[in-house]
Order: sequence, then structure tokens, then C-alpha cells
Amino acid sequence: MNETLFDLQRDQDEFAELARRLQISRREFLQFCTAVTATLGLPASAEAAVAKAVEKAKRPSVIWLHFQECTGCTESLLRAEHPTLEKLILDVISLDYHETLMAAAGHQAEAARKAAMKANKGKYVLVVEGAIPLKDNGIYCKIGGQKAIDMVKECAADAAAVIAIGSCASWGGMPSTDPNPTGAASAAEALGKPVVTIPGCPPNPYNFLAAVVHFLTFGKLPAVDQLGRPKFAYSRLVHENCERRAHFDAGRFAMEFGDPGHRQGYCLYKLGCKGPETYANCPTILFGDAGPGTWPVGCGHPCIGCTEKGVGFAKPIHQLAVLKNVVPPLSYPRVVEEQGGTSFAAAAALAAIAGAAAGGAAMLARNLGRSAEEKPAEKSE
Amino acid sequence: MDRRNFFKSSLAAGAALSTGRARARETRSILPEALGLLYDSTLCIGCKACVAACKRENDMPPEFLPRTEQPYWDQPLDISGKTLTVIKVYRHGTMDKKDQEENGYAFIKKSCMHCVDPSCVSACPVSAMQKDPVNGVVSYDKDACIGCRYCVAACPFGVPRFTYDQTFPQINKCQLCKHRWKDGGYSACAEVCPTGATLYGKVTELKAEATRRRALKPGAATTYPRGKLGGPDQSYPGVAAKYVDRLYGETEFGGTQMVFLAGVPFEKLGYPNLPPRSDAATSETMQNTLYGGLVMPIVFLGALTYIAKRNVKDDEQGGHHG
Repeated sequence: MNETLFDLQRDQDEFAELARRLQISRREFLQFCTAVTATLGLPASAEAAVAKAVEKAKRPSVIWLHFQECTGCTESLLRAEHPTLEKLILDVISLDYHETLMAAAGHQAEAARKAAMKANKGKYVLVVEGAIPLKDNGIYCKIGGQKAIDMVKECAADAAAVIAIGSCASWGGMPSTDPNPTGAASAAEALGKPVVTIPGCPPNPYNFLAAVVHFLTFGKLPAVDQLGRPKFAYSRLVHENCERRAHFDAGRFAMEFGDPGHRQGYCLYKLGCKGPETYANCPTILFGDAGPGTWPVGCGHPCIGCTEKGVGFAKPIHQLAVLKNVVPPLSYPRVVEEQGGTSFAAAAALAAIAGAAAGGAAMLARNLGRSAEEKPAEKSE
Repeated sequence: MDRRNFFKSSLAAGAALSTGRARARETRSILPEALGLLYDSTLCIGCKACVAACKRENDMPPEFLPRTEQPYWDQPLDISGKTLTVIKVYRHGTMDKKDQEENGYAFIKKSCMHCVDPSCVSACPVSAMQKDPVNGVVSYDKDACIGCRYCVAACPFGVPRFTYDQTFPQINKCQLCKHRWKDGGYSACAEVCPTGATLYGKVTELKAEATRRRALKPGAATTYPRGKLGGPDQSYPGVAAKYVDRLYGETEFGGTQMVFLAGVPFEKLGYPNLPPRSDAATSETMQNTLYGGLVMPIVFLGALTYIAKRNVKDDEQGGHHG
């Protein structure tokens, strides 16, 4: 872990070999490693470990299943603007079964899947894209005559890790919206055990890649929250890092699309933005590698909460969000604002003055009485 | 005046006073066309859009925290000569849940209550504070004001604030954005409120809306209007909240045109328990009694004159003989 990229750069031969394999320059490769390390929130020194792991580890076999979905997750991975991304998807991992990308078709394809499962038993990574219908014994989705529920169970049995990509596989997503005619369920519900989920519609490709690279580097999947989401990507509300947050704090809201506030980039809360109740790293990582502002809120549309169960595809897009802020900021005035405390010196000075005044008053009173008594005494003398 | 006549006139004055009691002023009742605001603490998200909009529409300067080295943010701690409305926070313990008394927090708005029977109007010696005879909005005329600050002392909610730091100071308080009415506008705080926590409308309609909300079962699905009652429909679906069983402003001090709903007892939110009789009614009754027909002052002056004259006479006689 203490190795730096500089140390790695000395191993010119290894990188030359890598460059041949991936058909990219060493520079491009290290850029990828830096990006993934940053997404994972790892220290800079981990770049070296990531680079080494990606370079040296035997590419893990990946079986990618598609069920009730739109293939948007796959598309988002492939359409990324990063010039080397698709090469890395295909070369960092060994994608042995992927209905959209594989050349084989029909029984050949199914045979390839079975062969890969047998060859890499207990070592392959299973990626599930799409929800799994459970209603009526799961007859609503079949691949090669096999029901989705049977296929996912068969593939998960010997997998080293299961990753659910996209909201459909993570929590049901679009197919599970009311009235849910096919009984669409998440991969975790279908398998009856927790899996790592990368929700989003589509999810950010870097969140998925970073989870896979974490598996490559450290031999295990990253730390997840109670919903199976990697904490490096889903521990903060969209609202917390939103570029329009300052407008929310200042009370500047776009009232309707195209109004002066909307044109000036005001907060979209009043238009139904679900940022305050959606956990995702969209505002920090953005989409498509196309520069600043390239995410829904940046483009002027309220967040629809696609990563969050019960929000995305469940709540109307323009319905107000529930604020999940833990506590109001400290800068807010209290009902009774506490005044500054009295210092010891000030209290002592006040006490001294009060004491002197009391003493003086007592002396004065006593002297008054005395002079009244003394006067008749003088007369009698 | 001899001793006998003095007692005679005193008795007459006493009789006049006892009939004068009939002029005692009762607490005024609300105007049928009264305008106001409904603030629902359970809907408030503490975004302070109302505070910002109020500053903008009323042309008020920002207010920085005392002793702040970097004065970037408008952060009023309370209403003041520069701030007409403010959102405050009730905090308790761990602040786990909103609108919860124990270990919770809640937001509360502070601004002019537009009392049905305002003490400030009663206390003002020059009628600079006026209550509109139709909509009941309490407004202020800075050209009539003599700067005595009786209104500041009289208000039970501590609302009128004096601009002490200005060369030509004046009183500042919420006037329900009456300057925006001519363009069809209404209170800026209600107009911008994203959740309808501050709602503008006729007080009768606002109270009906409050009654509707209180009758809902907590957790039940409902809709909340936004902006202005009777204006364009900006309502949105929401969930019914759990309220403390009280509509603040219904009876307090004869009632106010700004009414409140909350999930936390109002004493905790800085809104004290007040009797249904207004201070204005009490003090004006006392004044009317004491000064009615100027009988009491004349009697008092008569008594003083009698005593003075008697003493002076003795003195003169003494001086004459001496």
C-alpha cells in the first residue's frame, strides 16, 4: 500500500505488456486507476495497489444476467465518454456471458455460460441487471426456456460475489411499480440473501467499476449500508453535495420551469426535486465524463430519486420531497437565544460594587440614627 | 367651597362614575374580511425562503451575527429593525425527530400577529399605528410617528422594533406586504413558501383549513394548499401531521389574524399563554373610567384646590396677625 505510482512507473516492462493487452497508453491506464481510487474514496497511496491489482490479477470471470429491464445499465457503461472505458470493461474483467455484448447466440450462448460457471466455480462474479418476476411461479420472464428465478438461483449458487446493477435488480425499480402485475422483485428478494446493490436508473458506471475493482484489489466487495449499497457512493444525500444547495439555504427557489429563478439556477425543491431524500453521489461524480453540470439537477430537472426505493417511480415527479436532514443547522436562531455568559471578573466587580453600596447604605443609616440621638444629648449638656 | 359643598360634589361625581362604567370597553371581535396567515410548524422545513423573500420585498438590509468576522450570510437571530420575519428552531436533547417535544426539534415563525385588538394601536398617542377597518391589517405611518416607542413596550409578542442605529429612526414591523396588493400580490413569505407552511388568506378560511387539518388522522393522506387560499391551485399531496390540540391565535388576547398549528406545545415555541381579554380593552376601560367626562380629574383638582386653599388661608391669617 505504501508504494506510490512513481515506484510502479519504474516497472516499464510490465506496463509495456499491459499497454499491449489493453491497447492503451500507460498514462491512460494510470488515469483510470486514479479515477477509480478517487471514486472509492481511498487514499492516494491506494492507487498503486489498484494499478497493480488491475494489471496483474487474473481477470475474474463475470456472468451478467438480464431480466426485466431496458438494458440502460449496460448502455450507460458502454456509452461512457472516457476513451478507454469500454476496453477496460472487456479487459479488466472476463465477460463470459452478457446477452447484449456476446457474439454467441441461442444454445451456444447458454453453453458458454454453463462452461464458464463450471470452469470458475466459486470464483466468478455474478452481475444481475433487471428485476425478477415472482408472480405465478415466475413465468413472466424466460431466457432460453428457463425462468428468470431459476436462472438467477442457478448462477448465484457458485458465485464468489453477486452484484445487482440498476434500480430494477436493486429494489425492483420501474417493473415493480404499483400494481406490479408480474410481481417483480429485486435480486436480493429472489435469492433470499443480501447482495451488493448499485441502484440508479441508470447507475453511474464508475460506481459499478469501482466496486468491481475493489473486489479485484482487496478480494472482497466494498463496505455497504443496510440496503446493500456501497458506502463510498451512497452514504450522502444528493441534497448535501448539490451545486444548487446554496440557493436552498438562501430560500431561492425556481417556482416553475423556465421562470427567472429556473434560468438563474435556483433550487429545484419546489418543482419536486427528490435530492433531500435520495442517497447517491450524482452531484460529485456527475454523468458521462462531459464536464461540470452534467447530471439531472445540473441540467435543470429535479432529481426523481431513481436510486431510492419508495421514491423513484413511486412518488410523482413533482411531489415535494421529505427532508431527511438529521438536524437543523446550528446557525438557526433558537426560540430563546442564549445570551453571552458573565465572566468571573465582571461578576466579581459587580459583587464588589454591590457590597460597597450595601455597606455605605448601612453606615449612612446608622450615622443618621446616631446624629438624631446625639443632638438631644448636646442640648442636655 | 365649604366642607358641606365639597362632600356634595364628591357624591355627585361618584354617581357619575358609577354610570360611566357602562362605557367600559370590551375586547374587539374579528372583522369578517380580516386577512392573515396560517403557519403550520409541522409543514415547515426551515428553508427560510420566507425570510429571504421578506427582506427582498420589503427592501430590508441583511443582518449579520454579532462579532462575526466574515459577514457573508444574512443571519438574523430575531425580528428587528432590519428583519420583519424570522424562522426559529426549538431544540431538545438529541433532536432525533421533527415536531417532537422530547429529543426533537421544530421550526417556528416569528412576525407580526396582526392582533384583532392590538395593544400597539391602543398605546400609540398619535395614531401612527393603525388597524385597517376592513381587513384588519395593523400598519404603521412613519410620518405620523413621534418615536415614543410605546408600541414596542405595549406589544405582548415583542413585535414592533425600533431602528436605533439610524439617524432618523422608525418602527419596523410586518404589514402583511400591503404594498404588494395593488399589483395583485400578497404576502411574499406565503408566496414563496415551498410547502405551504405559511399560507395567506382570509382568516375565516384559514381557520377552516386549520380545523380540517386538525380533524385528520395523523398519517392519513391529504393535500396541502400553497401560497394563497382562493388563489391559483398550487396544492400538493402530503401526509397528515400530529398536532397539539390548539390553534394558537384563536383566543389569545382577543385573537390574532396570524394563526398557528404545531406539533410541540406553543409555550416551548416562544408563544406564551395569554388571556382572552386584550390589554387594549383593559387599559382603555381604565382610562375611560378615570377620565370619562373629565369628572374624576375635576373632582381631584377640586380636592387639591380645597386643601391648598385651606392651608394658604391659615398661613395668611397667621401672617396677618403676626
